[in-house]
Amino acid sequence: MTEIIMSQTPPILHGPSEKERKYDRQLRLWAASGQAALESANILLVNSGAGTVGAETLKNLVLPGIGRFAIYDEAQVSEADLGVNFFLDDGGLGRARAQSLTELILELNPDVQGTWYPNEGVKTLDSLLAGSPVFTVIMYTHPIRPEQLSQLEAYGQQHKTPLVAIHSAGFYSYFQINLPGAFPIVDTHPDETAMTDLRLLTPWPELVAFAEELTKDIDGLDNYEHGHLPYVVILLHYLKQWKVAHDGKYPTTFKEKTELRKIVQGAARTNNPEGGEENFEEAAAAVVKTVVRPSLPSGLKEVFEYEHTDPVEQKSGFWLIADAVKEFYEKHQCLPLPGNLPDMKAQSKVYIQLQGIYKAKARKDAAEILQIVQAAPGGEHVDPAEVDLFCKNAAFVKLINATGGGASGSGVKISRADRLKSAADQEFANDETAALSLSPLSLLPIYLALQATAHVDVDVDHRHQPSSTGTGGLDADSILAAVAQQVPGAEKHERVVQAAREVARAAGGELHNVAALTGGMVAQETIKIVTKQYIPVDNTCVYDGIGGRCQVLRL
Amino acid sequence: MASAEVYPASEPARWTYLDRIRTRPGPFTNPDMFSGEAVAAAMETMKILVIGAGGLGCELLKNLALSGFKDIHVIDMDTIDISNLNRQFLFRQADVGKSKADVAARFVEKRVKGVKITPHNCRIQDFDEDFYMQFQLVVCGLDSIEARRWINATLVNMVDEDVEDSYKPLIDGGTEGFKGQARVIFPTVTSCIECQLDMHAPRAAVPLCTLASIPRQPEHCIEWAHVIAWDQEKPFPQLDKDDPEHITWLYQKALLRAREFNIPGVTYSLTQGVVKNIIPAIAATNSVIAAACCNEALKIASNCAPFLGLPEENYMMYSGNDSVYTYTFKHEKKDDCPVCGQLARDLPVEASWTLSELVDSFAARPEAQLKKPSVRAEGKTLYMQSPPSLEAQTRPNLDKTLVELGLEDGQEIGVTDPAFATVVFKFRLRFKQ
Repeated sequence: MTEIIMSQTPPILHGPSEKERKYDRQLRLWAASGQAALESANILLVNSGAGTVGAETLKNLVLPGIGRFAIYDEAQVSEADLGVNFFLDDGGLGRARAQSLTELILELNPDVQGTWYPNEGVKTLDSLLAGSPVFTVIMYTHPIRPEQLSQLEAYGQQHKTPLVAIHSAGFYSYFQINLPGAFPIVDTHPDETAMTDLRLLTPWPELVAFAEELTKDIDGLDNYEHGHLPYVVILLHYLKQWKVAHDGKYPTTFKEKTELRKIVQGAARTNNPEGGEENFEEAAAAVVKTVVRPSLPSGLKEVFEYEHTDPVEQKSGFWLIADAVKEFYEKHQCLPLPGNLPDMKAQSKVYIQLQGIYKAKARKDAAEILQIVQAAPGGEHVDPAEVDLFCKNAAFVKLINATGGGASGSGVKISRADRLKSAADQEFANDETAALSLSPLSLLPIYLALQATAHVDVDVDHRHQPSSTGTGGLDADSILAAVAQQVPGAEKHERVVQAAREVARAAGGELHNVAALTGGMVAQETIKIVTKQYIPVDNTCVYDGIGGRCQVLRL
Repeated sequence: MASAEVYPASEPARWTYLDRIRTRPGPFTNPDMFSGEAVAAAMETMKILVIGAGGLGCELLKNLALSGFKDIHVIDMDTIDISNLNRQFLFRQADVGKSKADVAARFVEKRVKGVKITPHNCRIQDFDEDFYMQFQLVVCGLDSIEARRWINATLVNMVDEDVEDSYKPLIDGGTEGFKGQARVIFPTVTSCIECQLDMHAPRAAVPLCTLASIPRQPEHCIEWAHVIAWDQEKPFPQLDKDDPEHITWLYQKALLRAREFNIPGVTYSLTQGVVKNIIPAIAATNSVIAAACCNEALKIASNCAPFLGLPEENYMMYSGNDSVYTYTFKHEKKDDCPVCGQLARDLPVEASWTLSELVDSFAARPEAQLKKPSVRAEGKTLYMQSPPSLEAQTRPNLDKTLVELGLEDGQEIGVTDPAFATVVFKFRLRFKQ
């Protein structure tokens, strides 16, 4: 809201709505656009095992107001569930777990719709998938029956629905995001300090004229005006002088920039009552970071190089805009200007004028890009606001899962099994030198040990008689044998053996804390995917509750 | 190991999953510290204190109740606000206005059979050391640095080397948006909250002259309305930051100011954010951080696996903005920590400063952050904030320079602050050349 309201109507009318008040703390993170995306999302949880991590994930999505959810869970509520799952109670014992979970989770937010399966009308996962409106994201917890997993994967491919696999047992967990194709994010929310782009080495005529006007008689300025020159103007002035003294060249090396910094520091007046000038201090401090040539950030480079041949991708606003920005970049050798100006010591009027010059240039660049977009086939349907957002964030645009879908530059797709093997080679090799490089040890052993039990113990009747001797593939030897099938040789690593023993200790049971922590992370990721804001994990996150840390791996 | 027996707790079937872990050693369990069958009973008699029943606090209570703790106390002085409902999942619309500690305690007691939760609807400062001495563990889910520093200083002060029970491990969580941290402190043994204070530096204040004469940002206009216009016009007897009418008054003042200077971007939401210093918060992040804290609590209470704090890593940083990133490391104890260290900390000052300048400087220093400091040097009282008679008596010193007061380079001074009644912050003056 940039317009200024001056009415004398009772002030309370301008206050926030009930809903804005309820969601205030999260609207500050993802704004109304993110909230609208959440509210139109439809999430499916296929729940199994001890069933806590799924419930905790849903809790964290229902509270911020996800539109609707469905739970598919074939289990009945058991006594053991009540010691680990907060969204079940004594009254539910023996009833359908999906129903109890749905009822107690729905209490958290009256704005959210929820349904549960299997029920009288819909008895199987297959019929649920066939008969429901399209799901925005599907989450499933391990262990899962292989045929159900196949159904979910087929659904994900057909409807381009992201799948999230979750496995939590004892002190360990992981989740894995399976996106249906390359996933671009524009609104990545970089740190504000990282976004400063002042173009001091490529100033445009309006900026040059403004700076020259303010500094043409810099030594004749009175102390107040001199002490309130914005640091951008100060730097432009001394850069111009530098160029004259250095054959038209700007400072590029660190040494040269240090020299420039000394010149700026030396130009501050000290014969004033303060004994120095804050704005010159700001200018000196900004030299190293802001006196830079524009360059192409690696994230955007990946976007430019990605071959988007999929027909859905070709029609999307994102790729039309990305193509236009690429054309703009090739023509001007710089990105569209984001247009924001950091705060700096200056008189109000001067600062606002300078801010206006940056904004005007940003609008001009965005208009040029909009023109390119609209000239492209299908471009007439692109929302100009989407173009503006892209231009503002261009340097931070990010492509997730670039090699997972579509036709990537490298052509041949590597199979999942091969990718796991090569990741294992890499991780075990890193561990050899971890002590020297002071880096933490790989958490891949945890993933391997958990994954070995991904389909084990799915017979829900067995949950009531957990075996301490670990039958049914849950003892350490069975786990290691399963690991050996996936990654031959891995079962011999001491840390894999330890991880297998730790997984065997849990025998498929969850610890509430680990489930809650994992449910928090999965909810964060789901919010990022649904709102297309911030940057999701690409693609697996492993948690070690003994060491108290995570590792993200691309598997 | 796989054949070891599972020792049941009092309701064996219910605690099946927990007992598998806490009564059977794993490959990382220290056998010398592990008691197996005794652990469930031991945890049932343990008293654990939760400070805060807000976003983290609700999660902490749920997690501890489902981790086998049976005797939990919770302190929170706040009442439930509508803006809590997006994450504080033990509260409903109908609970708005009620005590957080009461409602949270009742809800978890009802849901988790056999757990006793005692609510305390008051400030942590209302209790003395005798109260805190009854607990074996303290877990904090707070949004204020002051409260953290107070409980930290209190627990450090309670340590008596000869009494093993006087060491109360402190587990502290904090979140902001998609980020957070969890840390474990063994008072006097490992780095404490005060040692780590500079990791949470206060936001730099906008100079008063910017607010008064050269605003450039919408925040400057809002701070002007808050700091200057409110004092001049006093539209209500006392500013209540939770009263929408008061916020609206500030918002409209800020809008007028912004229009005068052509500054865009003043909104109601921003006004509220600046005035109340609102930190964005979501359920998901609280879930992560609270669970990380309670996971450490379970490990410390049961020794079923190595925990953070001793001997190496004691701090986990978490960030979910860009992928997921954790950094788990050892924050070193500081010998010159004013709370748990023995040495005075170096304090760079200008010899030309007045005492008033020295006193004011404590608020902004990341490692001090003292808002109402009183200063003494070698038995001599230089400035006291209270009682009023002493304040009046020492006030003339404020205008004298450090040199005029006889202070020298290398001299030690003691600083106290009403926020930390028991602590004397020791500093050594270092005159800048």
